[in-house]
Amino acid sequence: MAMLSFERKYRVRGGTLLGGDLFDFWVGPFYVGFFGITTAFFAALGTALIVYGASLGPTWNIWQISIAPPDLSYGLGIAPLKEGGLWQIITVCALGSFVSWALREVEICRKLGMGLHVPFAFAFAILAYFTLVIVRPVLMGAWGHGFPYGITSHLDWVSNTGYQYLHFHYNPAHMLGVSFFFATTLALSLHGSLILSATNPRKGEPVKTAEHENTFFRDIIGYSIGALGIHRLGLFLALSAVFWSAVCIVISGPFWTHGWPEWWSWWLNLPVWG
Amino acid sequence: MSQTGYRMKTLLALATSGILLAGCERPPVEDVQHGFRGTGMVQVYNPRIVAEQAAHNAVPAAQPAAAEGGPIAGTIYQNVKVLGGLSIGEFNRTMLAMTSWVAPKEGCAYCHNPANLAEDSKYQKVVARRMLEMTQHINSTWKPHVQETGVTCYTCHRGQPVPANIWYTEADNTAQGAMGNRAGQNRAAAAINLSALPGDPFTPFLLNAEPIRIEGTTALPPGNRKSIKQGEWTYALMTHMSQSLGVNCTYCHNSRQFADWTQSPPQRAVAWHGIRMARELNKDYLQSLTDVFPKERKGPLGDVAKLNCATCHQGAYKPLYGAPMLKDYVTALAAPIPAPEVAPPAAAPAEGVAPPAETSSTQAPTVATDKTAKPSG
Repeated sequence: MAMLSFERKYRVRGGTLLGGDLFDFWVGPFYVGFFGITTAFFAALGTALIVYGASLGPTWNIWQISIAPPDLSYGLGIAPLKEGGLWQIITVCALGSFVSWALREVEICRKLGMGLHVPFAFAFAILAYFTLVIVRPVLMGAWGHGFPYGITSHLDWVSNTGYQYLHFHYNPAHMLGVSFFFATTLALSLHGSLILSATNPRKGEPVKTAEHENTFFRDIIGYSIGALGIHRLGLFLALSAVFWSAVCIVISGPFWTHGWPEWWSWWLNLPVWG
Repeated sequence: MSQTGYRMKTLLALATSGILLAGCERPPVEDVQHGFRGTGMVQVYNPRIVAEQAAHNAVPAAQPAAAEGGPIAGTIYQNVKVLGGLSIGEFNRTMLAMTSWVAPKEGCAYCHNPANLAEDSKYQKVVARRMLEMTQHINSTWKPHVQETGVTCYTCHRGQPVPANIWYTEADNTAQGAMGNRAGQNRAAAAINLSALPGDPFTPFLLNAEPIRIEGTTALPPGNRKSIKQGEWTYALMTHMSQSLGVNCTYCHNSRQFADWTQSPPQRAVAWHGIRMARELNKDYLQSLTDVFPKERKGPLGDVAKLNCATCHQGAYKPLYGAPMLKDYVTALAAPIPAPEVAPPAAAPAEGVAPPAETSSTQAPTVATDKTAKPSG
């Protein structure tokens, strides 16, 4: 693959966390590194196991293929391959490849002398998955509390797990997570439309700059968060959404076994009501 | 940041997380798998709370069995309309059991005029008679719901003259206020898990027979004119059922398609019969006592106290965790008892004698000696 003339400047040695120079090379546009190898290994093995699991199942319908976790009776032990053991190995592969990917991002950041914001943000996604399939099952005492790997089956799990607590919209952390997810899409749409509006002026006019962008928001709401600030805000909103999502599921079960509506009895019992 | 500012923030963070956790439970939890692995069809319990509830659901010891034979109660006592076909031993044993189940503090005088036990002057006696008929009716015709476990007075009463979980039709629940018609919602009623759903789903569903199953059975809703607002009434009833049984929605439903019987656990069929049973009992038995109950026992609209799932279940998936209490009282409570053959009136001594000494036991209730004792509860 052809390389642009300036790209070579950024392909510098070093910055690796493991493996020294051994894997410090590129394949086409892709940096490899030790963690590129482990990413490929875990991703390939996990995918192959999913395909094997599908071959054991009743369907090749892509929507209906499902790799289910073990029965609760296996607790935190190891289950036979066809009784949820596959799910357990695939979970290890998934975490292996996700964490490898994050560490490969770290190595690239180190090469380029950048901050670690990208792997930090990706780590929140890994944290959410880790919470769902490791932290909560361990707190509840069985791997069977993890979600199944399938397109519709994991949605069915989400639905039933929500209904284990009668009305999940009363879960306070779910409220925060949902609010942050909406807020992050609002912020992204405001930011995206503002940038496109500034870079698509009327025919014959020059492209506008940051001052125009700032002025637009000062005019309409009296304040502009600024070019750097909007990205700080965006990252905060997005990570908060993921963080509270992880909280809302980890408290459901380990820290609350009833309907979420009745958790609010403390609110109803505040001495301020007449 | 200054040291003080940092400390303040740490304290604030600790205080906030402390407040948040104070309203919560803790691991370990116990779980019961209720469907194929990975479907999330799971009951989750806090064993520490279950241990507390287990004490509340302990079954009292049965009265000692009555002696075989003996004369028929209806031929000895007067004005015995429901249990007249029992032997006198079984009859007195049943009276003792009822006293310990329903009015252990108040004793026989809760229902009877001690001077003349046969007289119907106290409304409690008239109610008790109808409730006996109801119990026999449940045990003989509602086996799809109560099976052989059956019910006794204790299933609902638990030692209280008025069962802990009863309901009245809610007054003015569709009043037009400044914020619009509240449509029965936003009262945070305890019977529906303190949610904002309609607070009285019992009148439409457990007294009247409004449609409960309103969800469409197809992916797209062709022709289904049911609204979300109607859905909230159903949701309120279902929330009540879950809470009454100490189970979650997945005990009876696979939420991927609530309506589909083929995907539902078998418990849903038992619950289906339960809804119809509660409806029939409220209509045919409790409402029939409207003129019997005094005003202070009635609701704001003048209706009698009625039953719902919590009245019997009281937080347990089976009342008293399925302890087969009825088996000790089959003769009296399992089915209506044929009336005895009419005996010559001269042979019947006046009712009012104390129960024979041999039927009393350590479980015998204390008979209230204070004639002015008022019913409590």
